[in-house]
Amino acid sequence: METYRSNIMICAGTGCVANGSLKVKDALETELIKRNLQKEVKVVLTGCNGFCAKGPVMVVYPEDIFYQMVKAEDVPHLVEEHFIKGRPVKKFLYTPPAQKDAIPVMNEIPFFKHQVLRALRNRSLIDAEKIEEYIARDGYLAAAKALTEMTPEQIVNEVKNSGLRGRGGAGFLTGLKWELCARVSGEIKYILCNGDEGDPGAFMDRSIMEADPHSVLEGMIVAAKAIGAHYGYIYVRAEYPLAVHRLQLAIDQAKENGLLGKDILGSGFDLDLEIYQGAGAFVCGEETALMASIEGKRGMPRPKPPFPAVKGLWQRPSVLNNVETFANVPPIILSGADWFASLGTEKSKGTKVFALSGALNNIGLVEVPMGIPLRTVIFDIGGGIKGNRKYKAVQMGGPSGGCIPESLLDTPVDYENINKTGAIMGSGGMVVMDETTCMPAMAKFFLEFTEDESCGKCVPCRVGNKTLLTILARITKGEGREGDIELLLDLSQQIKDTSLCGLGQTSPNPVLTTIKYFREEYEAHIKEKRCPARVCTPLVKFVVNDEKCKKCGTCFKACPAGAITWEKGKVAYIDPEKCTKCKSCIKSCKFWAID
Amino acid sequence: MGNEAVAQQAATDNETITPEMYRRIDSIIERYKDKPGSLIPVLQQAQDVCGYLPHPVQRYVAKGLRMSPSVVFGVATFYSFFTLVPRGKHVIRVCLGTACYVKRSEEILDKIKAELELEVGEITRDKKYSLEAVRCLGACGLAPVVVVDQDTYGDVAATKVMDILKKYE
Repeated sequence: METYRSNIMICAGTGCVANGSLKVKDALETELIKRNLQKEVKVVLTGCNGFCAKGPVMVVYPEDIFYQMVKAEDVPHLVEEHFIKGRPVKKFLYTPPAQKDAIPVMNEIPFFKHQVLRALRNRSLIDAEKIEEYIARDGYLAAAKALTEMTPEQIVNEVKNSGLRGRGGAGFLTGLKWELCARVSGEIKYILCNGDEGDPGAFMDRSIMEADPHSVLEGMIVAAKAIGAHYGYIYVRAEYPLAVHRLQLAIDQAKENGLLGKDILGSGFDLDLEIYQGAGAFVCGEETALMASIEGKRGMPRPKPPFPAVKGLWQRPSVLNNVETFANVPPIILSGADWFASLGTEKSKGTKVFALSGALNNIGLVEVPMGIPLRTVIFDIGGGIKGNRKYKAVQMGGPSGGCIPESLLDTPVDYENINKTGAIMGSGGMVVMDETTCMPAMAKFFLEFTEDESCGKCVPCRVGNKTLLTILARITKGEGREGDIELLLDLSQQIKDTSLCGLGQTSPNPVLTTIKYFREEYEAHIKEKRCPARVCTPLVKFVVNDEKCKKCGTCFKACPAGAITWEKGKVAYIDPEKCTKCKSCIKSCKFWAID
Repeated sequence: MGNEAVAQQAATDNETITPEMYRRIDSIIERYKDKPGSLIPVLQQAQDVCGYLPHPVQRYVAKGLRMSPSVVFGVATFYSFFTLVPRGKHVIRVCLGTACYVKRSEEILDKIKAELELEVGEITRDKKYSLEAVRCLGACGLAPVVVVDQDTYGDVAATKVMDILKKYE
């Protein structure tokens, strides 16, 4: 094997590719040849590094230097400085907001420092398209152990004792799910992977499928042995073409290497896996709907019981786990249940991957131990709120989840404690909102989503969510009525109590939590016909507030319609005749001086 | 749709779906017909061939897979990736997922609607662009996101979005 003095691991996740990381890779290779360094420095494409907002990003080993926002035209300078003169290039190093000194070493950057990598254990270390690199990091050792040394009961017990819970959102004990299915007799069983990551604001599963597809396959092999399945599907949403490509490549490579197919590793165990591409339906994240979809039908949920462990896909016993759950399995088999359970809280063990996005300085993908306070995730790892704005809420769990206000930021992140706030852990999306977000409008946004995605099978979800949306729409238009808040609360509870599947049972959560924590905003909309966040256009007056105006003229410069008059030292004035209500002035004003 | 519009659409469908396309659909059906649950992949590939799934194509698939046209219609209208109307030469997808929403992607959508004079799900008169609103492309780190054909654009400003579209002629 050839060795190199340095390796440049350049991120080829969806985010960095969109920012031009493949061009940077080409430029690096050309430049290294030009400098005759191609035998000393190797360029490797890796999966998602996690620090998506700073893309394209790369890490140089062995020094562990982190470079961000590198463009192809910067490459000659970077190669000259780093690989010839031997000094890190300050211009591309990460500097924390409001600080002077750059931090060159990746694991000293706060975004990375607080993370513990288990599901993402191969992050920035391997080329996702090469099975050899996965194997070199102890890949498929767990599969070998499970297939040749362990009985199905031992596998089930190990996973059960580890306390691993489903990472798709509901948090059911993974080992228990396997045990239920293992106990059912049947010659044909199915092992299924849920890669239908539908929650807006969540991209952990995409990242794992793109960056470390073999870890998912390996988890599925272990599970298949535990339950006695010889066939399986990976259901991937159609919006993720790169994930489909890499998973297919991984399956092909695993087959070539005797890690899938007949008589895996000489153990006598057979397993075939196939990718099934979704066709765009949020409800297919629900397990019975997902199975209906694989059967070629409309993805509509059905009542449980019978549970899928007894009657699932094609009426056969089936186990469905989420991508991240499977990625967690191989280290449990290798290092044991106790090792896994050494991190986390009483009922939530291990780590969880979160997708941080919204009004934060550091946006990206992070893996943290269960029990870490929300505040640490948002303010230390996430680097706090962007610009001079204030934190307002974090939305967890997507359209099924809820908002968590500032007063609850010390909540430890685990299944039980997040549930207590009214939000849910969900699959791991954390969308952070600042004071420029209007909560009733936010609730309306989520209801538009669920109303659109409801499969229409049961009445509470189909009609109830539509009614919630109608009420929210009139509130945000300034036509809210006295009693609307109570009506929303009452209806929400009924939808939760009477819907058939998880979609309807959770869809009112955004309404309930925004009313619980931000009721005054609803009241301002309904009673005072005012939108405190200045989002709902019919409720914005577009008048300068004399007391708050600092006479700086920023709004005057921002107005594209020429509707604002201003002179130095004087309060600005908005001409209602010329104003197009585009809100450019509101966005530019740092003092909230436009009502 | 009025009767006239239906007739007009049927005429367009007959024009755009060529015999060559039907031959390609035949080979797709041939590959899948003995595999249970293959309606969705067959429709996905038929849509790749034709660009969309008009009723004649749906009926053709139904016949080939020996199922009722109503089942095919039910599936084709359930999933958002299937379209029953033709798409433009370039497909613009504006993300309305949560992360993009809090970064005001609705304003981008409004801007495109106003400039190109079309609504979501429609196609411009010159058939150059069609507009879709999507829910989260999983590129939240780049929010707000606009995807044109296969190219992802991150951190898009409503005021700049038309410059991006100009690149696609």
